[in-house]
Amino acid sequence: MTAVNEIPLATSAPTGHGHLKRDLIGLAIISLFAVLGYLVFPNNLALLTRIIAILLLVLSLDLVTGYCGVATLGHAALFGSGAYAAGIAAVHFGITEPITMVVIGAAAGAVAGLLSGAIILRGHGLSQLVLSIAIIHLFHEAANKASTYTGGSDGLSGIAPDAVFGLFQFDLWGRTAYIFGIVLLLVVFMLLRQLVQSPFGMLCRGIKEDPVRISAMGASVRGTLLKMYTISGAVAGVGGALTAISTQVVGLDSLSFTMSAEALVMLVLGGTGSLYGAFIGTFVFMFFEDFVSAANPFHWLTLVGALLIAVVLCAPRGIYGTVVERLPSLWRRRS
Amino acid sequence: MQTVFSIAIDALAYGMVLFVISIGLSVTMGLMRVVNLAHGAFAMIGGYIASYAVRDLGLAYGFAVLLAVFATIIIAIPVERLLYRRIYGAPELTQVLMTIGITFCVIGIANYVFGPTLKTIPLPEHLRGPIDLGFRSIAAHKLFAIGCGAAVALGLWYLIERTSFGVKLRASVDNASMAAALGVRTQVVYAASFAIAVGLAAFGGVVGAELLPIEPYYALRYMVTFLVVVSVGGAGSIPGALLACLLLGGIDTTGRYLMPEYGEFFFYLAVIVIVSFFPRGLLGKAN
Repeated sequence: MTAVNEIPLATSAPTGHGHLKRDLIGLAIISLFAVLGYLVFPNNLALLTRIIAILLLVLSLDLVTGYCGVATLGHAALFGSGAYAAGIAAVHFGITEPITMVVIGAAAGAVAGLLSGAIILRGHGLSQLVLSIAIIHLFHEAANKASTYTGGSDGLSGIAPDAVFGLFQFDLWGRTAYIFGIVLLLVVFMLLRQLVQSPFGMLCRGIKEDPVRISAMGASVRGTLLKMYTISGAVAGVGGALTAISTQVVGLDSLSFTMSAEALVMLVLGGTGSLYGAFIGTFVFMFFEDFVSAANPFHWLTLVGALLIAVVLCAPRGIYGTVVERLPSLWRRRS
Repeated sequence: MQTVFSIAIDALAYGMVLFVISIGLSVTMGLMRVVNLAHGAFAMIGGYIASYAVRDLGLAYGFAVLLAVFATIIIAIPVERLLYRRIYGAPELTQVLMTIGITFCVIGIANYVFGPTLKTIPLPEHLRGPIDLGFRSIAAHKLFAIGCGAAVALGLWYLIERTSFGVKLRASVDNASMAAALGVRTQVVYAASFAIAVGLAAFGGVVGAELLPIEPYYALRYMVTFLVVVSVGGAGSIPGALLACLLLGGIDTTGRYLMPEYGEFFFYLAVIVIVSFFPRGLLGKAN
């Protein structure tokens, strides 16, 4: 029992110094894995870059689901908005500077987040889920209809980003795109760790625990959640812009219900409410998918289904959550 | 006038099929508060069994329907015992994940067993042709689907309003722990209503196979539609579900006839508007 009691204490008593140390260690581990990925899979950098983009989506989903307790099956709407905005800026308006494209993607994601947040937060429970599903389908149909701008079901192609800082050209092997993605990821991750430990992040967690009490304390529940949704949209938009830049094409699948559901699965597989869980879930899921679906896409579905059921039954806190929960007691037993 | 009439008939047939499939979901959702995304998977299983029975075993259509309903219930019982029991009362996120997992598994297995192609359920002779109503002729199977929907609505109304099982069911929906304290065996009520729900889903899957064709992605494609219907109508409300089905069936069919290039845009727009203003559904009870 003491072991169980100590964990929330350790995580919920923020001493700025200890957190900074932990985040720097996290940052170092991520950088290490990034270098390892570059060295071990030099021919598969496109896949790794795609994983980074999806990871940004899953991180942004963690902000609303893990920290605010909003269950949504429509989060790809924010990701796809970022991707299409960056792509349309490049193809139709000639803005091909990659960092500007990322900023445009983030802005579009934030707007999409504000819009869908305003709608989704009107509901609770079932109605919230249904609203989020309706939103992703609405975005999907809208993008399909506006084919003069989005290319419709053919996808938006012909995105040709400039060299980064005018120095690093995007090459055929995807090296520049990979490094560009890693840098984006590290910057976003650092900012998000600061965000979730700030008083604002604590307020969000409080709302997740007990919204009535938070509103009794005088804070605006809806306003706070809407702010978080907008921030989350910006993060997802960065991920979308990264796919637009690295693959140079944006398809309707980036605005699909399947993408939203998969992002949720990845998040829960890894563990919600820590940001680290998002990393583990995304990597495990994406590598598994690449591996199994190459053999047979339908077996992949069966396997994901079985995996989901297993996670719900055996590890409801996800991989990261379960490990963090079990680790201290294991250590204690050994010493 | 012709167009209006065909839209009305198609909308009515589509709405009734939606109703037969999703009414079970609505009752179980009101009763057990489980967001069951796997409901469409049971409808699909029913459709596959009926197709197999008619095409490979050569059974008559009526027998195939019965076989599909009962076989699906038998398949669903262990799933309920082993998996659903554990998520009653769990947070929505857990329920969503578990039932999405079940759906994915069913899709994968269905494809493995029956292949990725579309499966038809051959209709008997007298349901195939058009029926002359005097001023217009309409497809017999659409009329049949409408009749089935009406029969299910009436039957359920009788079951819930006029029988002692219905009293227990309503008591459990309103307040499960109080009903249990008064001697209602809620576990039995849960199991029976789950079986009825699954049976109705299978029935709807078979009857509606002409409108919602049976293929492995059926479970995923219509999963959202059924959930939306329940949410718009209000979980646990039969008149609500009927109203939602007719309304959404009407909007969807009209959209497809008049503005096919917009796809399901108006359908989901209507859903957002309705759910935003009625978060508990059109006829849902305040909690």
